[in-house]
Amino acid sequence: MLEYYINDILRSLFVLVIIGGGIYTVLRMNRNRIWHDVFRQIWSVPIARISFGVICLYLFVFLLDSISYPLFKEVNKKHVFVNSRTLLEVIYTPAREESYSAPMAKYQFTDKKMENKGIHPAGTNINGEDVLMNAFKGIKVAFTIGGLTTLIILPIGIFFGLIAGYFGKGADTTVTYVYSTLACIPEILLLIALMNIFGNGVLQLCIALGITSWVGLCRIVRGETMKQKNMEYVQSARALGQSHFRIIFKHILPNVMHIILITSILRFSGLVMAEVILSYLGLGVPPEIASWGIMIDQSRGELARDPMVWWNIITAFSFMFILILSVNFFGDTIRDVLDPRTRVKGVKA
Amino acid sequence: MKTYILRRILYALPVIFGVMLITFVLFFYLTTPETIARQILGEKAKKEVIQSWIHMKGLDKPYFFNTEAPGIRKVTDTLFIDHIWSLVTFQFGNSYQDDKPIMNKIITRAGPSLTFTLPVFIMGLFLSISFSLIFAFFRATYIDKYGTFLCVLGMSIVIMIYIIGFQWLFSIKLKLFPISGWAEGTDKVRFILLPIFVGVIAGLGGSIRFYRTIMIEETTKDYVRTARSKGLNESLVLFKHILKNAMIPILTNAVMAIPFLFMGALLTENFFGIPGLGSFAVEALFSNDFPSIKAVIYIGAILYQIGLILTDISYALVDPRVVFE
Repeated sequence: MLEYYINDILRSLFVLVIIGGGIYTVLRMNRNRIWHDVFRQIWSVPIARISFGVICLYLFVFLLDSISYPLFKEVNKKHVFVNSRTLLEVIYTPAREESYSAPMAKYQFTDKKMENKGIHPAGTNINGEDVLMNAFKGIKVAFTIGGLTTLIILPIGIFFGLIAGYFGKGADTTVTYVYSTLACIPEILLLIALMNIFGNGVLQLCIALGITSWVGLCRIVRGETMKQKNMEYVQSARALGQSHFRIIFKHILPNVMHIILITSILRFSGLVMAEVILSYLGLGVPPEIASWGIMIDQSRGELARDPMVWWNIITAFSFMFILILSVNFFGDTIRDVLDPRTRVKGVKA
Repeated sequence: MKTYILRRILYALPVIFGVMLITFVLFFYLTTPETIARQILGEKAKKEVIQSWIHMKGLDKPYFFNTEAPGIRKVTDTLFIDHIWSLVTFQFGNSYQDDKPIMNKIITRAGPSLTFTLPVFIMGLFLSISFSLIFAFFRATYIDKYGTFLCVLGMSIVIMIYIIGFQWLFSIKLKLFPISGWAEGTDKVRFILLPIFVGVIAGLGGSIRFYRTIMIEETTKDYVRTARSKGLNESLVLFKHILKNAMIPILTNAVMAIPFLFMGALLTENFFGIPGLGSFAVEALFSNDFPSIKAVIYIGAILYQIGLILTDISYALVDPRVVFE
């Protein structure tokens, strides 16, 4: 019994630590004068404020859906593990129906106690699951895939990019060779091949996406490092006799940080979209996990039905669209603030 | 020029070899012949059946070193050399689906892919350049602002939604086009119009924004200031000076995409039932046809390298500042 508790607590803690770490980093960066200025500039753009708010709402639901505790059933005076119950399920517990029901339909069929006690705001799908609940759960899948993949590619991309850009010569040749070889395989085909080998699953999907998408980050970091390495501050650091290691991570890394931030935020939306496409091909997350890709895949035939079943696809699409749109707008604002090249007198590029 | 191209090709060879290595690791090392046989023949297949299947496909050799073979065949009679040789000579063997040569299939499948991707490419390029010019001309006005806003909106929609949405609107609701399918001859126009439309619309947002950024970046250059100070009006500056210079990155970017037109589009082809290379890859995937996936990956990699070489050459041709060294 204890192991179930430990399992759930660990899983919840992991998410809390990641989100807490993110908040801590931002607060810590805020103390730096330059970053403080940057944050102020980002905050002064209305659309960035709105999209930040929306992203925070999504994050809140994600957090609710990530904190869970085990549920037990008493059978013959013994506690038997049923499943993990998340905070989201505590707050919103829709009844399970037998099959489709239209949006705003009242609870019926299965549970006599729940009958007429509430409504399905977005209807139910073919299995009788509440569509709104599935869309909420899709948030968790999207954030897990976007976040975990970013966590995988950040260290790899940054490390190899810095090494290749700073040392040049053999290191550069090796790193560029590896990533140009990977880049020349069509991304979707490589993903298909990898997922076929790894099998379905969220973690597997993250690893496969990590393998294909560290290339972009590495290439950008390498290019920027090559520019930075000839700057005066690097030369003076070297004249002072600082080690290569110190120069790379203490001096160059903070100066390429803005590029890393922009790339990873704008990549996030691409990762969410990739999950949807792979789920349609049957290679994403396992079908029993509610994800937006699975919902869209299910609804392929539903539009041709009579009467048309539109709520499944519309709900999944709106949840996904709003998230991706907010991330895109937010990332664009950050890029405009941080990247001086895209700023032309009064024109946003 | 000739030496430049030759050297460029020589640079591409190690990368192609790297792809061969990766495909070997993916399809021989990580998925062993036995797992492939089990996926093809089913979990309950008898051991002898699996063994004979593996033997029939020539997959029962050792990976790198064959101790049983005599002489030089100790090295050559292995899975690795077989794999490399089949890719170098484009002899991909037979498909697991219907035992027909994969190379023939790929050649016949490239045609339908091209009839779909070529119009999408040309129309997409034309439309995105025109729109980005309009936005650059009206930069910092409401037209530009809302235009870019619409572009981001369009970029944020997954391609599947475009496909499903337009299929529903035009095929189910308005009954203008068949929902999916394929026909030979001129009859295929009926089937191809909707996919082309979807393909153009789906790619528009991202490419307009990309080209607009290029144009806007050009407007900050010194030659634009010179042209303006000569007293040229804004439209002349835009169409005569900026467009010409912006064409360099735009064209080289477009050249990069040309070889990939043969590859088709995985999702669109699959949804609309176009028998192109994209749907070939999906079919191969669903039927565990590993040699076909391997072949498509390899051909994709070669096309990518050709694209890179063409880009470099066209860049050097268009931009006189670039010299062949």
